[in-house]
Amino acid sequence: MNRYTISALVANKSGVLTRVSGLFARRGYNISSLSVCETENPALSRMTIVLDGDEYILEQLTRQLSKLIDVKKIMHVLEKQAIFRELLLIKLEAPTEKRGEIFEICTIFRAKVVDLYPGSMVIELTGEDGKIDGFINMVKDYGILEMARTGLTAISRGAACIKDVQDYNESI
Amino acid sequence: MKMIGADILINCLLEQGVDTIFGYPGGTVLDIYDALYRNGKINHVLTSHEQGAAHAADGYARSTGKVGVCFATSGPGATNLVTGIATAYMDCIPMVAITGNVSISMLGRDSFQEVDICGITMPITKHNYIVKDVKDLADTVRDAFRIASTGKKGPVLIDILKNVQTAECEYEPKIPVPHIPKPVSVEKAAESLAIINAAKKPLVMIGGGVVSANAFGELKEFVKKLNAPVVSTLMGLSAFPADHEYFCGMMGMHGTQTAAKLCMEADTIIAIGTRFSDRVALNRDQFAKGKKVVHFDVDIAEIDKNVKTTTSIMADIKEIFKAITPFLDPQDHTEWIETMRSYKANEKGGSCSNAFAEKILKAAHDLAPEGTVVATDVGQHQMWTAQYYAFEKPRTICTSGGLGTMGYGFGAAIGAAFGTEKHVTMVTGDGSFNMNLNELSTAVTHNLPITILLMNNGTLGMVRQWQKIFYNHRFSQTTLQKKTDYVKFAESFGAKGLRIEKEEDIIPVLTEAFSTPSPVLVDCRIPMDDNVLPMIKPGQTYDNIVLKM
Repeated sequence: MNRYTISALVANKSGVLTRVSGLFARRGYNISSLSVCETENPALSRMTIVLDGDEYILEQLTRQLSKLIDVKKIMHVLEKQAIFRELLLIKLEAPTEKRGEIFEICTIFRAKVVDLYPGSMVIELTGEDGKIDGFINMVKDYGILEMARTGLTAISRGAACIKDVQDYNESI
Repeated sequence: MKMIGADILINCLLEQGVDTIFGYPGGTVLDIYDALYRNGKINHVLTSHEQGAAHAADGYARSTGKVGVCFATSGPGATNLVTGIATAYMDCIPMVAITGNVSISMLGRDSFQEVDICGITMPITKHNYIVKDVKDLADTVRDAFRIASTGKKGPVLIDILKNVQTAECEYEPKIPVPHIPKPVSVEKAAESLAIINAAKKPLVMIGGGVVSANAFGELKEFVKKLNAPVVSTLMGLSAFPADHEYFCGMMGMHGTQTAAKLCMEADTIIAIGTRFSDRVALNRDQFAKGKKVVHFDVDIAEIDKNVKTTTSIMADIKEIFKAITPFLDPQDHTEWIETMRSYKANEKGGSCSNAFAEKILKAAHDLAPEGTVVATDVGQHQMWTAQYYAFEKPRTICTSGGLGTMGYGFGAAIGAAFGTEKHVTMVTGDGSFNMNLNELSTAVTHNLPITILLMNNGTLGMVRQWQKIFYNHRFSQTTLQKKTDYVKFAESFGAKGLRIEKEEDIIPVLTEAFSTPSPVLVDCRIPMDDNVLPMIKPGQTYDNIVLKM
């Protein structure tokens, strides 16, 4: 099983997320994360989909997605040619005597403490998912009260843009 | 010009050249029906049930190649369309289904007859819309027709809120711009050409995509130059003339022996507009093992989905032929054609089942008026029709291939009768017929020239056949103990009722039926244990063909 990242520009309107997630569900694709955001063009949203599977599933998913009328552009983001980031917000148990240690870990990971409260703190960290996993691994023993991860988002290096990809529905 | 949404809808349908709509009125489409009434330019066919309307729109589309249109009200009206929409979706039939829905102020409040039909039909439409603002209505209708009828065709649903139907908006007519498919590049065609030119034993395998693309003449030209046998899937029937010397019949689960043998022996399969479904490539890993596969299809997702291809072209089928045929080296393949001829000469094919239906269907083919369109339901009678009825002209068969919808036939027959204004033969079974026999009243009301051949064997024959093979003759719930007298039933609806009980009845009864230009039901009493043969069991390879049981 491999991990693949797919970026898609989709129409920015209600129901599109349902169309995309419904497709994954009925075709039995295994999605480990899906993040959606607005883009520089208000008519379009950008989806970053992280898929666990093999080459066959990657190809099928890309092709099936490209057939949706609301999916305008789609590309497989190659690991070496793109930047991947994820945001973590994590609330830890942080009694006064442990704060120093936690601060130290935060410094190493370049994480930011964004909220401090007697007995707890909220830390913000961005990075590739491996870095986030590593950080969580380091702090989990202090006690995780709650956490939120945004899921991976990605953008390709260089001048090449997803908007230059051809829309499948206009290619036939 | 300023007008209300309902009038904009009717005008947009006229823009698209819609002449017939199948539907059923109700609370949330009253304004649309009022606009239809006031306009008076579109023929509306009131069916007995919305499912019949959806199947009729589908039959209209299959028999004419135009987009079929159906109307239904919100809630149950809309949900009754669902099977019809799914049937059209599986077989890539261009259809626009229009439903009403409650006003925006009532939406999402579980109002009377409110249902989220967009949510329900999302996986069974090519696309769907909910129109909440009258300003979006005209362009939505135009987009819906474009999406339904271009690329890989399919159904599109438009859900129009009641307040949109009565809201006023400026309407400007627009003439639809014809879709021009993208040409195939020479480079792209070269790879396929190299493989086709090098083939010693090429086999042309056609599917519904050829029908969908109306590439009938182009296919004939290609086959003429290639000199190769042609086999067809169920959906491909009528795309290539059954009386052509190179046509070897249907392939797959109930295909001919010739098709099975040629599939096994071919070195190259040229698959055109087909998706290697599990009823064709029963064992998808073994199906083309060791062979070259050239796949032409309009849908990129079909390529390499079920069977791994050697090379492929994703484009409109007509465009592919344009890029391939002129550059094909003329081939003779004499030996290969001889092989095909000897297989065809020894073909027992379906006849090995000795089914009574064979005699009826062959006679029906010979006696039916010129241009007759056949609509079937689903089951044994459907397979017998595919095996024995020779489809010589394009778009003369309407059958539910992908979804396998029992009850499809009557609606489809009505749609085809309106679309083609030709005689329609509906072949059905006593199982399927009972699902939508209510539409007999529609056929009688409009005095449609529909001959119903009801293959009455008192059982759900295809399921019974599987129970014989896989469930040791335990006929769980497949014996129909109906006391229905179908002749009297037909007469009570105002149709003519006839009966075939023995071989001598066939010619006189069918002659009478086909000379009657109004609905005739022929109750064909066929034996309960006739089987559809040959048969290749699910997951099996083509050499495991069963010829008797």
